[in-house]
Amino acid sequence: MDTETIKLLSVAGTIAIGAVMPSLAIGMIGSKGVEAIGRNPEAAGKVQAAMILAIAFAEAVAIYALVVALILKFV
Amino acid sequence: MHVSLTAEKIFDLGPLPVTNSLLTTWVVLVLVGIFAVVFRARLKRSPAGVQNVIELAIESFHDLAESVTNNFKQARQFFPIVFTIFLFVLLNNWAGLLPGVGSIGFFEEEKTTEESAIPEAPLAQNEELSGESLVAPDVVSLSESTEVIAENETVEEGAHAESAEHHAVFVPIFRAGTADLSFTLALAFVAVILVQVMGIASLGGGYFKKFFNFSNPIHFFVGILEIVSEFSKMISFSFRLFGNIFAGEVLLAVIISLAPFVVPMPFYGLEIFVGLIQALVFSVLTLVFFKMASAAH
Repeated sequence: MDTETIKLLSVAGTIAIGAVMPSLAIGMIGSKGVEAIGRNPEAAGKVQAAMILAIAFAEAVAIYALVVALILKFV
Repeated sequence: MHVSLTAEKIFDLGPLPVTNSLLTTWVVLVLVGIFAVVFRARLKRSPAGVQNVIELAIESFHDLAESVTNNFKQARQFFPIVFTIFLFVLLNNWAGLLPGVGSIGFFEEEKTTEESAIPEAPLAQNEELSGESLVAPDVVSLSESTEVIAENETVEEGAHAESAEHHAVFVPIFRAGTADLSFTLALAFVAVILVQVMGIASLGGGYFKKFFNFSNPIHFFVGILEIVSEFSKMISFSFRLFGNIFAGEVLLAVIISLAPFVVPMPFYGLEIFVGLIQALVFSVLTLVFFKMASAAH
């Protein structure tokens, strides 16, 4: 296995594995948020604002993995 | 395909290098400044047209700020800087989607192989491969897709022979400001410093009791963790914004290289949406940190 192959594999592995947990997290946040809105439709605005914030936080971790993969590939 | 993690330098302003993302940020700044001055001169009591839209944006953001802070006075106090950050990040995100940004540029001879982009085939080889490209190779504004069409396998042998010498690299004149880590890092730094300033403004010197608390070994350790978390906020702010916008740029470059007509449309829609959400997240997060810093511990 030469360095090129290992580099390619590591790039693919970084983003593939790094995107698993954030997507699970976003799914769970979304489901809890929708559930909360269903139980109390009047608080929908507040729940939505907090949900979007939490989703952006969770997505940031996937973005970190993507940035590492891009750095590995292009630098 | 030419993807550069760092913004490329275009010219020097005295001792300082000016990169393409810096230039784009300046252009956005000047245009927004002119718009603001002209708009201010034409404010009317009963709004019409553009004034309606601006008032809608300001009012809805103010409502969001009020619901986040639960305190009208604080919302009023924090609103200007937070809305400015929102507008600045939003316009710089969207500036990367305009036609011409990223595609109009010039070729630069690179004498060494140690640069961040994938080694490109020299221009002579691009002519050979023009049969495979979907667009005419000698139009500067579309030259990005030309290089993108060049298959890596067929070019690599030739590129290796010539990459030791010099090869032409495409340098765009404009690039989204937020796709440069320097921009996002600077903005994140400013935001975190502002959080400290807001804390001191609300609590006075007692704000630092959050970090240096000697009453208890546990509280002391928590204080140290708080200092570390301030730095981690800086890193997370900058990388979240940079990663989203830069990845969007790369995504658009890849899609356009694969299928230049019609297919990129939903991806442009996605990028517009992502630009809006990231601007919102940056500003609302800053607002949340302002609120946390000004709350008594």
